[in-house]
Amino acid sequence: MIRDITLGQYYPADSILHKLDPRVKLVTTISFLVALFLVNSWVGYVVATIFLVSVIRLSKVPFPFMVRGLKAIFLILMITVVFNLFLTPGDRVLVHFWKLQITDKGLRTAIFMAIRLVYLIVGSSVMTLTTTPNDLTDGMERLLGPLKKLHVPVHEVAMMMSIALRFIPILLEETDKIMKAQIARGADFESGNLLQKAKSLVPLLVPLFISAFRRANDLAMAMEARCYRGGEGRTKMKPLVYARRDYLAYGTVMIFLAVIIAVRIVL
Amino acid sequence: MSIKLEHVNYIYSPETAYEIHALRDVNLEIGQGEFIGLIGHTGSGKSTLVQHLNGLVKATDGHVYFHGEDIYAHGYDMKKLRSRVGLVFQYPEHQLFEVDVLSDVCFGPKNQGLSREEAEERAKEALQMVGLSEEFYKQSPFELSGGQKRRAAIAGVLAMEPEVLILDEPTAGLDPKGRDEILDQISALHREKKITIVLVSHSMEDVAKYVGRIVVMNQGEVMYDDTPREVFRHYKELEEVGLAAPQVTYMMHALKEKGFAVDEDATTIEEARDTILKSLRGRL
Ligand SMILES: Nc1ncnc2c1ncn2[C@@H]1O[C@H](COP(=O)(O)OP(=O)(O)OP(=O)(O)O)[C@@H](O)[C@H]1O
Ligand SMILES: [Mg+2]
Repeated sequence: MIRDITLGQYYPADSILHKLDPRVKLVTTISFLVALFLVNSWVGYVVATIFLVSVIRLSKVPFPFMVRGLKAIFLILMITVVFNLFLTPGDRVLVHFWKLQITDKGLRTAIFMAIRLVYLIVGSSVMTLTTTPNDLTDGMERLLGPLKKLHVPVHEVAMMMSIALRFIPILLEETDKIMKAQIARGADFESGNLLQKAKSLVPLLVPLFISAFRRANDLAMAMEARCYRGGEGRTKMKPLVYARRDYLAYGTVMIFLAVIIAVRIVL
Repeated sequence: MSIKLEHVNYIYSPETAYEIHALRDVNLEIGQGEFIGLIGHTGSGKSTLVQHLNGLVKATDGHVYFHGEDIYAHGYDMKKLRSRVGLVFQYPEHQLFEVDVLSDVCFGPKNQGLSREEAEERAKEALQMVGLSEEFYKQSPFELSGGQKRRAAIAGVLAMEPEVLILDEPTAGLDPKGRDEILDQISALHREKKITIVLVSHSMEDVAKYVGRIVVMNQGEVMYDDTPREVFRHYKELEEVGLAAPQVTYMMHALKEKGFAVDEDATTIEEARDTILKSLRGRL
């Protein structure tokens, strides 16, 4: 039950997108997000849609997974649409009732904003669905590598991120297990008022904290036993190396960005 | 009979990439006062199966009856079911949380609505059953040794006085002495209190000595469901699914091949001794 809310849902499949270097995917995602904010015409949206749809098709991830992330922002999406729809002043009034009015500009902004938000979420979902969290942090570490010169502890931050990511499913599983064990002993996590509910969490939280600390301790010990001493001079088991497909992908993204910019300037 | 499973199927994370069909068409009847061993290799679905017995997980498909009542029926009192079917989880020591052992064991009875005095009464009785003496009552559960923690956790379920007691690998990670002690105590509970017991294990050795019936799970399906004697006859098939019959079975078969007139279905050391002595006497 609790496992379903895994963060950064990776969907294993055998597609070209899964094989791409995580750096390429990060850069592509950022470029796509930038492109979304550059677009201000129908033509631009058509180009962005074609790009997004082809990427989704290439990823071999079933469509329902792509839109799963939308559930979380549904409320924000609705508020944005409603506000833009009713509160944007425009030249021509389309609908008028009570004190509210919908103008042609309002309608246009509302639709564009909605598309923008949906594409934003779906676009980043494509990345997280096709890249394992570990690859993602690896990619980030390499991309942010130059910041090391400014004494930013890039390696440490990346390491912490990948450990945290690694621990999320473990802790969720642990929570599930302890919860079940206490329910079997008659614990009740659902009924009662707020105070009773908070109190009923003690039998869950105490064992959970203890196990988290135990795991952290074990991990630290295991890392030390294998002579971990930070990023200095550390090599990777699977170093990131660009392949031909990665350069092709970069090329495609550049063309996409160029088209978007051209459309914006021309129209 | 007290618990009955009909065509139970269970799927973890259905309709995702991580879908796992953990139980496939499981049919099982657990009679009052039985002592059942549930055996299977790692990942065969034992833990998943036992969590169905007290309604902790709901079957994706199929029915579970307790004393003839469908536990998935609308309005069925799950809390009551859970206090009548006690489940000791794998590594139960991870569920301890109270400041001292006695209060931790009281957690279950208190949830059943008993008063403080009654709960303590039951807790003390349960602690005595698992062999934890008075000196441990006021100790922090986190300062106990692994085996003592395990006992305290088992006592936590025993104190609820269930009529069916399910133990998921109660001896995992214990030394041989601790293992025998716990199993002996469980067996005593079965004899003296007439509690129905389901013992999950992947050691045939452990189980053969105590249980009257063995259920073997393989990849989510019930493979055998019979007396130890009958189940161990299939020792070759058991090996194929990563299990082994008790040492005694192998020895008996080896002796038989060498021409001794022993009963190759002997499953415990005592039976083996008797049949070997008998065959030797026959030779003299
Ligand atoms: N919470 C869960 N979420 C998803 N899959 C699970 C979960 N728990 C168990 N599984 C899977 O279900 C299958 C059966 O697991 P189960 O824990 O019932 O096996 P088991 O027989 O108890 O094994 P073991 O001897 O290791 O305890 C396994 O393939 C396991 O990976
Ligand atoms: Mg198990």
